[in-house]
Amino acid sequence: MEWDWEFVWSIMPTMIEGVKITILATILGSLVAAVVGLVIALLRRSPNWFISRPVGLFAEFIRGTPLLVQLYFLFYVLPGAGILLSPLVAGVIGLGLHYGTYTAEVYRGGIDNVPRGQWEAAKACNLNPTQTWLHVILPQAIPPMIPALANYFIAMFKETPLLSAITVLELMNQARSIANTNYRYIEPMTMVGVFFLVISIISVFGLRWLERRYGRVER
Amino acid sequence: MASPIIKIDAISKSFGALKVLDDLSMQVMPGEKLALIGPSGSGKTTILRILMTLERIDGGHIEIDGEQLYHMQKNGGELVPADERHLARMRRKIGMVFQLFNLFPHKSVLDNVTLAPMLTQKMPREAAEKRAMELLDMVGMADKAKNMPSQLSGGQKQRVAIARALALSPRIMLFDEVTSALDPELVEEVLNVMRRLAEETDMTMLLVTHEMGFAHDFADRVLFFDRGRIVEEGAPDDIFRNPKQERTQSFLRKIIAAGHRV
Repeated sequence: MEWDWEFVWSIMPTMIEGVKITILATILGSLVAAVVGLVIALLRRSPNWFISRPVGLFAEFIRGTPLLVQLYFLFYVLPGAGILLSPLVAGVIGLGLHYGTYTAEVYRGGIDNVPRGQWEAAKACNLNPTQTWLHVILPQAIPPMIPALANYFIAMFKETPLLSAITVLELMNQARSIANTNYRYIEPMTMVGVFFLVISIISVFGLRWLERRYGRVER
Repeated sequence: MASPIIKIDAISKSFGALKVLDDLSMQVMPGEKLALIGPSGSGKTTILRILMTLERIDGGHIEIDGEQLYHMQKNGGELVPADERHLARMRRKIGMVFQLFNLFPHKSVLDNVTLAPMLTQKMPREAAEKRAMELLDMVGMADKAKNMPSQLSGGQKQRVAIARALALSPRIMLFDEVTSALDPELVEEVLNVMRRLAEETDMTMLLVTHEMGFAHDFADRVLFFDRGRIVEEGAPDDIFRNPKQERTQSFLRKIIAAGHRV
């Protein structure tokens, strides 16, 4: 078994296509997770038991089951109920929903960290609940939790190979199909590792920057 | 004779097993400056928080400016508990300044003052900023309008908080131990602003304080609270120079012993 640079260059364009899909799935999944997490966090705070409780159970259920199973469900089971999703859409929903239940906890912590006095000041200023959330609470809650959110998005990025199970042509899937047709595993799999490593390292530097920029709260 | 702007009728309030207010009744006339004094836990701050609707009452009635605060009249005239809309409308009559300032830390001094008028009164930004600058000028903070709250001293923060509360032109202002969290040398600048406010406006003001000297000068009437009840009330001179109740006397003795001026 020896390393073949010529083979590396010949498969590079296909691998790059895979990287693009991986990054796209991560970005879209992160956006979905950011929104889903916020919605779950807000609904769980609802004083209405019939809203907060089911949402809490739903979040526990999603967090307590493997992402791979959820992806299979979205892609192979839902069509039976007449819901047909393209592989990438199913993958993004799966990633976003799964990580949304984790980011919900980040939002919860961030919201709880806003001092009670801020809620009271908003009330004394006659702000209604929507104005209080939009202008007082969330602008203070979100910046300190950006590093923690970004951490989850990096973790999600490293889980994107799971999408190959539902035929998304991301990096891992491209590498596997190249390997299967050429009977050579070392180059494609090494390249997958290197791509992930490089992007992770860049992301970690980005994360450090975010921590310096937003991690501190001024009061 | 004018009718009271605040009519508190037999209210009670408990936190768990602890009874904070016990069958309390009091009235405040329009424009009156009231000082609420008493040991901590006597319920004086709770009254302000109830008037601002930060706490609910367990029983009794409160009338603000001729309208029920925690109740509303159904068509038949029957009184039912107020809904959030009613409370929101009633809140417009009242402003509050807090012990810990509670400025919005992510907004500049100017934006702290303009936020509520722009959102709740739909005031255009230009008008809101003009009014905010007048108020900031009045509290001596106009030159810090572009600063962030974190760049201000405690006294400066509290003066901005006063301007923010004034921006909504409330009929009633509540001051909850507004100098307690300040370094001693910063107390006076806040008290000066409040003195001017008392002289120049006809707002009704309720003040919870441990600054007995200031309460004496500022208030038209002083209420001494203990264990959720008004033990004694009267003109500042009477309360501070000739307290009749033993509990008032012992409280004032302790306060003086602790180094507060009277």
